[in-house]
Amino acid sequence: MSDLLRLATAGSVDDGKSTLVGRLLYDTKSVLADTLDAVHRASADRGLATPDLSLLVDGLRSEREQGITIDVAYRYFATPKRSFVLADTPGHVQYTRNTVTGASTAQLAVLLVDARKGVIEQTRRHAAVLALLGVPRLVLAVNKIDLVDYDEVTFSRIAKEFTAHATALGYTEDAVVEIPVSALAGDNVVDKSANTPWYSGPTLLEHLENVPVEPDPHDAPFRFPVQYVIRPRTAEHLDYRGYAGLVAAGTVKPGDEVVVLPSGRRSTVTKIDTADGELAEAAAGQSVTLLLADDIDISRGDLISVAGNEPKVTDELDATLCWLAEKPLRTGARVLVKHGTRTVQAVVTELCDRFDEQKLSSVDIPSSLELNEIGRVALRLAEPVPLDDYSFSRRTGSFLVIDASDGSTLAAGLVGAPLPLLENGVESCSGGGENATPDNHALVSPGP
Amino acid sequence: MTLALDTLGRLESEAIHIFREVAGEFDRPVILFSGGKDSTLLLHLAIKAFYPAPVPFPLLHVDTGHNFDEVIEFRDRVVARHGLRLEVAKVQDWIDDGRLEERPDGTRNPLQTVPLLDSITQHRFDAVFGGGRRDEERARAKERIFSLRTAFGQWDPKRQRPELWNLYNGRHRAGEHVRVFPLSNWTELDVWHYIEREGIELPDIYYAHEREVFLRDGMWLAEGPWGTARAGETLQRKTVRYRTVGDGSCTGAVESDAADIHAVIAEVAASRLTERGATRADDRLSEAAMEDRKREGYF
Repeated sequence: MSDLLRLATAGSVDDGKSTLVGRLLYDTKSVLADTLDAVHRASADRGLATPDLSLLVDGLRSEREQGITIDVAYRYFATPKRSFVLADTPGHVQYTRNTVTGASTAQLAVLLVDARKGVIEQTRRHAAVLALLGVPRLVLAVNKIDLVDYDEVTFSRIAKEFTAHATALGYTEDAVVEIPVSALAGDNVVDKSANTPWYSGPTLLEHLENVPVEPDPHDAPFRFPVQYVIRPRTAEHLDYRGYAGLVAAGTVKPGDEVVVLPSGRRSTVTKIDTADGELAEAAAGQSVTLLLADDIDISRGDLISVAGNEPKVTDELDATLCWLAEKPLRTGARVLVKHGTRTVQAVVTELCDRFDEQKLSSVDIPSSLELNEIGRVALRLAEPVPLDDYSFSRRTGSFLVIDASDGSTLAAGLVGAPLPLLENGVESCSGGGENATPDNHALVSPGP
Repeated sequence: MTLALDTLGRLESEAIHIFREVAGEFDRPVILFSGGKDSTLLLHLAIKAFYPAPVPFPLLHVDTGHNFDEVIEFRDRVVARHGLRLEVAKVQDWIDDGRLEERPDGTRNPLQTVPLLDSITQHRFDAVFGGGRRDEERARAKERIFSLRTAFGQWDPKRQRPELWNLYNGRHRAGEHVRVFPLSNWTELDVWHYIEREGIELPDIYYAHEREVFLRDGMWLAEGPWGTARAGETLQRKTVRYRTVGDGSCTGAVESDAADIHAVIAEVAASRLTERGATRADDRLSEAAMEDRKREGYF
């Protein structure tokens, strides 16, 4: 079985992203006959001379009507070398939050630009979001290269400008690749194009097939958020008490000494159980059940960590938020924070700065954080929670900000300041100080 | 033992994680179970997620009455073997007391929505597991793993929550519920490879067998309580198998000699038709057929 690459695409409206994704599916023969027939029929109905490959991915009625992508679409294709899960994220500005969604699990992102327009505001914004969320690798697909007569100079200028931007965001040069493509004509998507003899690099698909996939960090300290306590209470398993979860980071073996947070109680792993039998070792990404030597009180929301290299347990939190809601965030807002398997009440005690992804700097101390804005905040939590920095672990350094009244997801939260640039801004958050009084007129009401 | 999970290992681990999240955060979950391939896989994963404890959810079958006998027999056998609780909502009951009306074309798949929503309300189910996969259809490709439904069971694609990392937000207001799709990231081929690897039993109709069928709209339909061949359609004996199992009036068989799992995998890998396109008349109703049915509360 081949391995799996999770990737996201991002770009502005009309950059041809859906067409590019359609082209990848079409040229890898991932489009089956009936689907293709439907696209041919629908294209002909609209009076188009050639099949519109974007119809392969634009699924919703309003998308087809407007000819734009509204929501993240997940696509699956495979080559003999690899399986791919592709999150196709919309470029329309009010849907930028979907880029955050697609990027949160991606190991690589393909950014599209129109060769006639080059790097624009949306490109810089998307690249900043991808960098912030820790997507390890970027591809810049310079699309519609046919419309600039396959001009090398145009491509080089765009590639150079993008590399400079990505480098400023913390990417090393080997993590970023630029490729001249035409999604419509198929140049350099799957097959090498005769129209760009000056380009010696890989086609998009060659690159996706061969780029190293960053493995889950096995050498990281062990982290295990407890999802559920398994107690069969059957005659056969009378005293069985197992802690079910997915290994978030590192590895674990029977005999390992662990500490349960936030209580701080210590114990030893006696057994790693699964429905297929016991394991000698479990690693990041695996769903398992841990049994411990001591009968201590552990429930959903607790975190089992390797002893000696534990996350900090704190009720004050400095974080970076990508604000995804229409209603703005203001100081004093009461929200819920979902971190790992634990949901706690929280108060936003301070808005520390706002990040301008155009100038690559923090611009000001905002009075509010609006839709699609990224900023640093201080939060006070109702109870202490074990927290890692996002730059240490995407799984244990991330959290959701949730509206307690209607349950909607308000923000993507990252513990600390994952973008180095953010640290060069105004002075750091002071954390929940005494002046942080909850505002009862804030947007979110207290939870039940 | 290798620590790196392969594709199937990753998909299994993700599905188990989703089952456990729901068990931890919801009061009254239920698994939709028809005895078909995807729901059988769903149940297999649920059993693994809570091993050695029993699955902490009941099952719900919205029964069109247009069933294949082999599938109902299989459904009941699986339920008994695992000591599970099965609720059955029969479309026929809704037709009998006038809450639903038979459609002119006799197809009952679209009629499942009302009994489903009524059952969710009656049993106060707050999380409903379904076997939907994003590779099935374009509107499904935009579905979240946790999909919020209004008190009317409706899906509003523009109001879906961003789904970040593997942190699922299952909060909902009274009367609302969440549809949960643990197989979201599986493809049809992944499902078959996993069934092979795990040795999961399926109803016999998924494998090649002889059956009396007639051709309608390019699909081989079987006769049954839902009707038989009309004028101009001839019943003939063919070697066929089913790729999906639903309402017998609109679920077509495909001509196939694939009599075991290995042959099925070879066939699926070489197939030039998607699962739904080959065998589901109800998805052909309009360009946005699935989206429309999802908005109304269908799976």
